Amino acid sequence: MVPVTYYLLLSGILFAIGVLGFLIRRNVLVVFMSIEIMLNAANLAFIAFAREMGSLSGQVMVFLVMTVAAAEAGVGLAIIILFYRNKKSANVDDGNLMKW
Amino acid sequence: MELAFFIILALVAIASALMVILQKNPVYSALSLIVTLGSIAVLFILQKAFFLAFIQIIVYAGAIMILFIFVIMLLNLRKDEFGPEKRKLQRFFAVVFSLLLIVELFVVVRNTLFGKAGESMQVAEDFGTASSLGQLLFSTYLFPFEITSILLLIAMIGALFLARREE
Repeated sequence: MVPVTYYLLLSGILFAIGVLGFLIRRNVLVVFMSIEIMLNAANLAFIAFAREMGSLSGQVMVFLVMTVAAAEAGVGLAIIILFYRNKKSANVDDGNLMKW
Repeated sequence: MELAFFIILALVAIASALMVILQKNPVYSALSLIVTLGSIAVLFILQKAFFLAFIQIIVYAGAIMILFIFVIMLLNLRKDEFGPEKRKLQRFFAVVFSLLLIVELFVVVRNTLFGKAGESMQVAEDFGTASSLGQLLFSTYLFPFEITSILLLIAMIGALFLARREE
């Protein structure tokens, strides 16, 4: 039986990798993939806690997170297509219309 | 035995997650992300979340990643490559703060007590199967489940509205 702390550490490392990717990449699709990594890290923590507490509520929460991720991927990729159509670029730095 | 399995899977997940953010070509990033999602799905099985492991493979590694690849192909992004952030200072601070985040989470996890140490909760025989999860989902969590369907409907309408061409 692997201790729950190991899972939480793995989850934390994956979350930090997602944050790092979000900050250093300029390609809007890779930024979006970094968000997926962060969501998955959170899911892993939920699953580990669900097993530790012997409660299925954590797994229900992961189910809901996955649904939100699917909705987010659909809308987000539509926005990316729209962004590319308007700017002819997939660089997040070009999305500066509302920048002060 | 389980610990060795966990360590191998954790290393695969971390290595492929790093590949996602370090690859220049977004297609390779997407393929690395599939490896990450697959190894996390196996970790779900180790934690007795059998149903969610398969949902992870089907929804994430299947549907969402196909959508990603589809958009990458549609935008034909292989030509214009800009790679990681050019500005050195922002990159430096990004790495520093990510490492700080890992250290912070490590400290938090270390200083937290999780029940009785080394003694994990006994779980039912059907823990994490489709039937036990479904029973909970359609009784206690019925309302959030129904809200989810509205969310998916809104996402569908929103995606259609956004991606249609202006006449």
